Amino acid sequence: MKLTKLLTSAAIALGLATAAHADGHEKTKVGFVFVGPVGDGGWTYEHNQGRLAVEEEFGDAVETVFVENVAEGPDSERVMTQMALDGADLIFTTSFGYMDPTINVAKKFPDVKFEHATGYKRADNVSTYSARFYEGRAIQGHIAGSMTKSNIIGYIGSYPIPEVIRGINSAYIHAKKVNPDVQFKIVWAYTWFDPAKEADAAKVLIEQGADVVLQHTDSTAPQAAAQEAGNVITFGQASDMAQYAPTPRVSSIIDNWAPYYIARTKAVMDGTWESTDTWDGIGPGMVGIGEITDAVPAEVKEQALALKESIASGAYHPFTGPINKQDGSAWLAEGETADDGTLAGMNFYVEGIEGDIPQ
Amino acid sequence: MIRLEKRPQPSRAFSLATPLLAVLATMVFGGLMFALLGKDPVTSIITIFWQPLFGEFAFYYRPQLLIKGAPLVLIAIGLSLGFKAGIWNIGAEGQYIMGALFGAGVGLAFYPLDSFIVFPLMVMGGAFGGWIWAMIPAMLKVKFGTNEILVSLMLVYVAEQFLASMSLGLMKNPEGFGFPGSRNLQQYESAFNADLIEGSGMHWGVVAALIAVIFAYVLLTKHRLGFAIRVTGEAPRAARFSGVNPTRLVLFCLGTSGLLAGLAGLFEVAGPAGQVTIDFNVGYGFTAIIVAFLGRLHPVGILLAGGLMALTYIGGDIAQSQLGLPAAAIQVFQGMLLFFLLAFDLLTNYRLRFGRTEVA
Repeated sequence: MKLTKLLTSAAIALGLATAAHADGHEKTKVGFVFVGPVGDGGWTYEHNQGRLAVEEEFGDAVETVFVENVAEGPDSERVMTQMALDGADLIFTTSFGYMDPTINVAKKFPDVKFEHATGYKRADNVSTYSARFYEGRAIQGHIAGSMTKSNIIGYIGSYPIPEVIRGINSAYIHAKKVNPDVQFKIVWAYTWFDPAKEADAAKVLIEQGADVVLQHTDSTAPQAAAQEAGNVITFGQASDMAQYAPTPRVSSIIDNWAPYYIARTKAVMDGTWESTDTWDGIGPGMVGIGEITDAVPAEVKEQALALKESIASGAYHPFTGPINKQDGSAWLAEGETADDGTLAGMNFYVEGIEGDIPQ
Repeated sequence: MIRLEKRPQPSRAFSLATPLLAVLATMVFGGLMFALLGKDPVTSIITIFWQPLFGEFAFYYRPQLLIKGAPLVLIAIGLSLGFKAGIWNIGAEGQYIMGALFGAGVGLAFYPLDSFIVFPLMVMGGAFGGWIWAMIPAMLKVKFGTNEILVSLMLVYVAEQFLASMSLGLMKNPEGFGFPGSRNLQQYESAFNADLIEGSGMHWGVVAALIAVIFAYVLLTKHRLGFAIRVTGEAPRAARFSGVNPTRLVLFCLGTSGLLAGLAGLFEVAGPAGQVTIDFNVGYGFTAIIVAFLGRLHPVGILLAGGLMALTYIGGDIAQSQLGLPAAAIQVFQGMLLFFLLAFDLLTNYRLRFGRTEVA
């Protein structure tokens, strides 16, 4: 009896909560759910920069709220629900593991818009967005292949998921193009952010002769390890990591979420928001290439920038055939480019990479 | 001069008052910290402690308290038995993971079979997974005299590697487009640990936690084994004279705490979490250690302490989003709670003496 009453009042309150912002209160409220701390210097840092850009763009017309360090799973579901209850109109959930929770909460709040980063499940009020980081990896691969003297390139992987494997393949293909003798050594750190583990991984790779270390983890620890070792070059990941320029950090891949966050917030304000699937790269500016420092020979830098141009304009796709899979079977024929579906679920290495993808 | 003097008898009054004093001190000093961060301390404290219970959206947060508190209580109850006897299982986090893996493994193996039997089998799987993982430090301790603190803790990291491997390999959702993580058990009705009454937060894990509290209470007050646990912790020599078998006690305490941690993992993975993923574990096994001590290793105390911890988590997240408090400040706030508890604990066994010390 009491519980029925409770549930009825819950339903009414939910109804009120959603109705309140359907009729348009003054400020558009935008929520952000972050998986790490905003000071991580990488992934979450850049998402928070995007949030600040939204505030800057719209000033008093928006109010942004965020919760950091939110564990994937039931905690994230609670945080999202809480934001929706508190009247958020638009909620960005910025980690792959928030996928099912986002869908669950979105069902309960049909009038609130949700934006889930790097996932594949959508609904009428859930969009997905991600960046084509592999485009940046192509440029990294080019520079790495051109600059390595030992012909050994170290790669710190986070988790063996399509996103990371795509990056390895893209970097390898373009390193190999300029340097047929190049060899990739891959270490799996099984973390997105753990300075100690990342430093260990970098040291192991350097000891094995790598003079270029690429990373798909978010801390600057590998940069520090490279600096200590000397004669090793690295690339900033997710964030510019410019404090390690001009060496060891010779360039970087920067996630630039600001334009997207501003556009989506604008769409909610204008009432033109629709569920979409966005996968943008260098062209629209979602992937930025950090300044290529003078440690890179002028000629290589020029080629790298030209490569960036051709990717940005769409003239060149980083996965253009002929490309074989690791087992030698054909994947892309001459001139054929990879389709987004295959790229999204990529679970194989291209020909020439040694080792197995851990299972 | 202020000095400490050992009490002839531990003070019963202080033993009961300590948790309350600790909470009060945390509010005062936490409020001070929030003020230094430029936030209104009163609003912050109200947001953390009041909003989830009696705020506008309490109808949503109250069930969430059960969801967040249940695994803490379930694990802490198990740990408290060992802690009372001086058997230190620090690796409940690993047992929690293994319980989830065994339990989810059973469920996923039956997919898509629709039968009432699936969930009970998963529960047994979960209990077994946690139990067997705790039996490793237990067996090593009784056979070779290894330190169960180190062994159980190290096994957490081993369990985490299993978890990563399972999410990426064996248990990966075949329809997940190559992404890591298992099928979502919430969408597999026979395996789903749903709310017993929709929206109430009362899932089987909450029921299990309540049952565990009652069992632990009866065990400690009425049963011979409970006596053995208490006497071993308080006077190990006396315990031996009174015929307590230390080997059996180690096996029982570690086994039970592992079993309960495993159950907590299973109920979580089959219910609120739904999925085996790389980051499935969020530290319940470690937080439960705090809960056990905050609850004075007493079953009812643990129940209250679990609720309090859950409250600071939920209220903390609300404070982050509504007031812009950084997550680190919330963690410091939670840390203060344990710190003050330990500090005030001193007063149970010692009393403050004011005045000049006489030269002895």
